[in-house]
Amino acid sequence: MDAPTLAVWKFASCDGCQLTLLDCEDDLLAVAGRVRIAHFLEATREVLPGPYDVSLVEGSITTAEDAERIRRVREMSRTLVTIGACATAGGVQALRNFADVEEFRSLVYAHPEYVSTLATSTPIAAHVDVDFELRGCPIDGRQLLEVITALLVGRKPNIASHSVCFECKRRGNVCVVVAHGTPCLGPVTHAGCGALCPAHNRGCYGCFGPMDTPNAAAQVALLRATGMADGDVERASRTFNAGTPAFIELSRVTTRREAHRDAPL
Amino acid sequence: MTHRSDRTLDVRALARVEGEGAMHVRVRGGSVETVRLEIYEPPRFFEAFLRGRRYTEPPDITARICGICPVAYQMSACAAIEDACGVVVDGAIADLRRLLYCGEWIESHVLHIYLLHAPDFLGYPSAIDLARDHRDLVERGLALKKAGNDVMELIGGRAIHPVNVRVGGFYRAPTRQDIRALGEKLRVALDQALDTARWVAGFDFPDFHHDHEMLALTEPGRYAIERGTVVTTGGLAFPVTAFEEHVIEEHVAHSTALHAHLAGRGRYLTGPAARYTLNRAWLSPLSRQIADEVGLGVRCDNPYQSILVRAVEVVYAVEEALRLIEAYEPPAPPHVDVPPRAGMGFGATEAPRGVLFHRYGVDADGLITSARIVPPTSQNQASIEDDLRRFVADRLDLPDDQLTHQCEQAIRNYDPCISCATHFLDLTVDRS
Repeated sequence: MDAPTLAVWKFASCDGCQLTLLDCEDDLLAVAGRVRIAHFLEATREVLPGPYDVSLVEGSITTAEDAERIRRVREMSRTLVTIGACATAGGVQALRNFADVEEFRSLVYAHPEYVSTLATSTPIAAHVDVDFELRGCPIDGRQLLEVITALLVGRKPNIASHSVCFECKRRGNVCVVVAHGTPCLGPVTHAGCGALCPAHNRGCYGCFGPMDTPNAAAQVALLRATGMADGDVERASRTFNAGTPAFIELSRVTTRREAHRDAPL
Repeated sequence: MTHRSDRTLDVRALARVEGEGAMHVRVRGGSVETVRLEIYEPPRFFEAFLRGRRYTEPPDITARICGICPVAYQMSACAAIEDACGVVVDGAIADLRRLLYCGEWIESHVLHIYLLHAPDFLGYPSAIDLARDHRDLVERGLALKKAGNDVMELIGGRAIHPVNVRVGGFYRAPTRQDIRALGEKLRVALDQALDTARWVAGFDFPDFHHDHEMLALTEPGRYAIERGTVVTTGGLAFPVTAFEEHVIEEHVAHSTALHAHLAGRGRYLTGPAARYTLNRAWLSPLSRQIADEVGLGVRCDNPYQSILVRAVEVVYAVEEALRLIEAYEPPAPPHVDVPPRAGMGFGATEAPRGVLFHRYGVDADGLITSARIVPPTSQNQASIEDDLRRFVADRLDLPDDQLTHQCEQAIRNYDPCISCATHFLDLTVDRS
């Protein structure tokens, strides 16, 4: 039997999530031995024709051309996995969704008319069916290898969807909120990083996006209890996963001022 | 067979570069009319959405411009904000920043040498194909690359978008014990770096030279990485605060990257070859010795030999990291306080691909009022196009597929980072 084919695609992004695959130094050649890399422009100029068994998609949709291109990628892919905050949530470039993109275009470019862009940055799942979403800004290398391994043997990837708080407990981190009063998005943020920020004496900043069942009201109260101003709560919820419904809910702090004033500390 | 005196050559979706772009060549009457490097990476508007953010946020936000050189963005952002707030970060914290930056130079350069550039010289489509015949070579490259990532993971928390960097320094300083273990890995990496330089020295380099002005940061006494003042091979010297008086960016129709030139002077080149040419004197004795051994002269004006410079810089970065590790004392606290202050701040550092400039306006409440970022690839784009014009003119007799392949290789010499510059490649040769 031929090795399954793997394709890697890029849309609006920083290249960091596909770099995560090249950063799996100890496992890269082993993975390359199990699959046929059919389309991975960052790594090879050789392009094999589709269809592809597995497509990994990095980046968000920000242009009309890309909205068309992702449909063609979907048609050519048996299994389509989105990797990273851009592909799963629209990325940091989704901050335009809350602003006037015409103003953005004229601020950055002298000739805005040369630049074609959509008013929003949207995740891949807003355009085509997605078989699995792997979160993170950037994704975690071990989780990526787990997803590829699971797909190769035909099982469901074993990726926990609980919050960063669980990872802190498992790692033995001291809670930065309780011990130091440091604002932390850990309670509403999807696990996967291994609670990196709290392990470095800083609060989680939500780069893996929302966990499955986030409690936005309790999170707002918690952030306020650390002394965070409402403008800063809004900014904290509007970074790399700003386009997710849960973090949009979190950012609406100023319209929910009266609710949940008491922090559950 | 196309008519040879008029043709169009298109390289669509250039491979083994970071980001997305294309190249379009138009030939009329047997001579090259235009060469355009088209950057079609969609715009992400960082400079616009940074306005209104807190002055502490640019290191985390601008890291997301590039997954390959996030530390460069973090370091230039910190430098600019600290400048705006009138704070100088020095001593053990500055040393730890330089150590982190050495990790990024190692990781990024080794990625380019082994995974992006070497396959061209050896006739393989990728390093994975190279590994089928020479697994030991690729394994050495991956091990050396990993040493760079180990530095970033220990000091930055993770290799891509480090979490431990903040305005004023770091959230947590690594322990001496952790740093010592890193030193043991880097001693192995030094031998791998020397072997890498000797390996790439055996490649066949086409005889191609340019006369671009070259620009780099310089710092007397050591090879400039995380700070310095600007100098050029044409004799210009100015502080980072004057960067925008000398570097003019223009928006051209075929690119979402802006094109930069030196005011009153024209195109220029930044990056490893510029650094080597301007700062060779400040390399360590061992890295200068390996530069001589691999055949680099006092300057590097052959883009193909940029792989030699990268290999020499990897040797330097590993050695420099070992020196910093030897002298390491954990800074306590690991950061200095940077209270907000209304003002304008300028910062520039040497990203793996060249000078990366940031400028921020900050108000008294610590909110960002304006942001400007000038990445290396947009500075280099005019020089790359000029080189390609001459390169194509000498090879017009080649069939389209060979010419396309050679142009792709020529472009990879510059290690263009398109994600950063969009602000890369699809080659079109129009000969009709």
